[in-house]
Amino acid sequence: MNWDWDVVNDFMPEFWDGLLVTLQALALGSLIAFALGLVWAMAQRAPYAWVRWPVTAFTEFVRNTPLLVQLFFLYFVVPEWGPSMSALTTGIIGLGLHYSTYTAEVYRAGIAGVPVGQWEAATALSLPRGRTWIAVILPQAIRRVVPALGNYVIAMLKDSPMIAVIGAMDMLGAAENFSNTTFTIEAYTVVGIAFLVIAYPASLLIRVLERRLALTS
Amino acid sequence: MPSPAENPENVLKNDGSATAGDTDATAPAASSAPSESSSRAAGKELVRFDNVTKRFGDVTVLDQLDFCVDTGKHVTLIGPSGSGKTTILRLLMTLLTPEEGTITVDGQYLTHEERNGKLVKPSDKHVREVRKKIGMVFQHFNLFPNMRVLRNVMEAPVHVLGLSKDEAEQRAKELIELVGLSEHLDKYPSQLSGGQQQRVAIARALAMRPQVLLLDEVTSALDPELVAGVLDVLRDIALSTDITMLVVTHEMSFARDISDSVLMFDKGKIVESGSPDKIFSEPEHDRTKEFLATVL
Amino acid sequence: MMTEGMFTNYFLPGIWITIQVTLYSAALGVVVAFAIGTLRTSRLWIVRFLAGCYFEIFRGMSALVLMFWLVFSLPLLLEWRLVPMFAGVLALGLTYGAYGSEVVRGALAAVPEGQREAGIALSFTRWQRLRRIEIPQAWPDMVPPFNNLLIELLKGTALVSVITVADMAYAGNLVRLGSNESAPIYTLLLVLYFVLAFTLTRGMRVIERRANANVGKPQPRGGLLARLSLRESAGEGSGALTTGGAAK
Repeated sequence: MNWDWDVVNDFMPEFWDGLLVTLQALALGSLIAFALGLVWAMAQRAPYAWVRWPVTAFTEFVRNTPLLVQLFFLYFVVPEWGPSMSALTTGIIGLGLHYSTYTAEVYRAGIAGVPVGQWEAATALSLPRGRTWIAVILPQAIRRVVPALGNYVIAMLKDSPMIAVIGAMDMLGAAENFSNTTFTIEAYTVVGIAFLVIAYPASLLIRVLERRLALTS
Repeated sequence: MPSPAENPENVLKNDGSATAGDTDATAPAASSAPSESSSRAAGKELVRFDNVTKRFGDVTVLDQLDFCVDTGKHVTLIGPSGSGKTTILRLLMTLLTPEEGTITVDGQYLTHEERNGKLVKPSDKHVREVRKKIGMVFQHFNLFPNMRVLRNVMEAPVHVLGLSKDEAEQRAKELIELVGLSEHLDKYPSQLSGGQQQRVAIARALAMRPQVLLLDEVTSALDPELVAGVLDVLRDIALSTDITMLVVTHEMSFARDISDSVLMFDKGKIVESGSPDKIFSEPEHDRTKEFLATVL
Repeated sequence: MMTEGMFTNYFLPGIWITIQVTLYSAALGVVVAFAIGTLRTSRLWIVRFLAGCYFEIFRGMSALVLMFWLVFSLPLLLEWRLVPMFAGVLALGLTYGAYGSEVVRGALAAVPEGQREAGIALSFTRWQRLRRIEIPQAWPDMVPPFNNLLIELLKGTALVSVITVADMAYAGNLVRLGSNESAPIYTLLLVLYFVLAFTLTRGMRVIERRANANVGKPQPRGGLLARLSLRESAGEGSGALTTGGAAK
């Protein structure tokens, strides 16, 4: 054992920068995942098969292939015919896109859980389709899926270090950078512990949410 | 404590002999622990509750209960739900443990173990050894859905009693024939009717060659038209074997047919006991009369 | 364009490595899942507590960070080096085993109480009850969430490329550097992963059908869309990444 607290101290400034990048990626990635997932879920209930099928195929494909390779694709392939993006931006889009295929399933279950009678009532009142979604279905569906969405935010947190592989300076990127320049080992341990410190209270919070929801519904 | 003469459990002693009355004097202590011999001579006491109290939180389900059952006797427990009948069976099956008192089976402590002359909490091994003398048939059958009929009956004899496969299979087939299901050996429980499942469960319990068979409302989960088949099998077993039975049932005519004695429970105590003729025809206690009026 | 030589020289061995890493990690994960999952149902609080700690730690940990730590930090702390492939399998197996333990625990908890009682009534030991009654009955409920976890694990194996294990993703990066053709390479790579995931799902469906038949359950049949889908009942609460799913 050769553990050096001085090294830990030296690493801390870079660690905080990395933490900020991780949280930024997580927050923006979650927003994309929440919004895009809803789009997928609604599209899968579209009245036209030519909307439903491609969306289903696309989300199945994205959900069942590795995020890491998707990040490579976004980072190396997309710039060949599209905009060039920074590693962090690519990472945020990749995380958001990948997890949108999971949140789509969550929304889908939530929407399926709204009683058929609600759709029928909206039809009986001649509510337009958009109004039915916004005023009747989604408010009922989303409330009950909040804990499940929260679980995917935690899952996304654990996958977020992958953006370091394409060069983003998140927690793992910072640790890698620091360790490679100083030939020390402590940084990875600090980052590992940081994940536990963030993930455990977050999962406790979601369990509380779940219980609260179970009580009120 | 009540004197022996008032103690309803004496009725259980077939001839009303005084032996059971002594139970109160022999409070559970190592020195007076029953002998470990296990002959099955008729008239010997097989199951014995001494001063047993069972509580669930603040609710006392059994209140300082004393009673015993002699070898070969069939005893039926009746009473309103919540009166503690099923609790007695579950205590015997060690699915519950009493707060106070001791239970002995065939001369061995079930709820305790003797070590260095003291009664201590029993080891799992000791409990299993004593419990092998007891078989139970459940209200909801509880057959193993992942095993076919034959294997349901063979499983415990092979893996608990250590019988050879051939021996266990032969024994299982005989019992399955006894309950009239020989053509269903290779079916899964889910492919059988409730009545058939319960008959398999009876065979499964008997395959362990228990000295005591506990029947816990074995027909109450069955459709009415299936009840008779199960009761016929049990009546057959009761009348043609020397197995001891402890029965909780709402089928009063069945109870009358097979019982040597009937115990009426209310609020965790035995309020009245006697031969089935006496209890069903001329009950003395008001609670018994009320109860019988609701079920007959 | 990517040449045939590149495919046979790099991709084919990479596919084999990916399959190996998947199978080894899955084997380790199953062992961990059953060990931790059953320990979490122990009668002794200390055993439950320790098993619960394992679950919380590995559920909260990022597999990639764990891999980095195993490869770069642990050897210097212990002066004892891990082969990268071993480190990758260890990190994946321990992590996905933790998710799997929740599946096992949940499925065991869903076995009806009467089954435990019947086991006690027949004097089975606790271990015999677990092995002969509870696990066989819980098994069919475990297979669909295990399938989801297996696909997550397959996706997770791409991480080992980062610690220099020459799997498919590693081969893809290598070929890109050599040929500068990124679009076909990464497209091929994604398709290969999808095909593997699809194959694994087919295999798990066979296992599921057999498991259900073995407990006398009828076989589920979904619609065309459901049969094409790689997940079963993926949706609320079935997040393989998050909790595991069998506990409903």
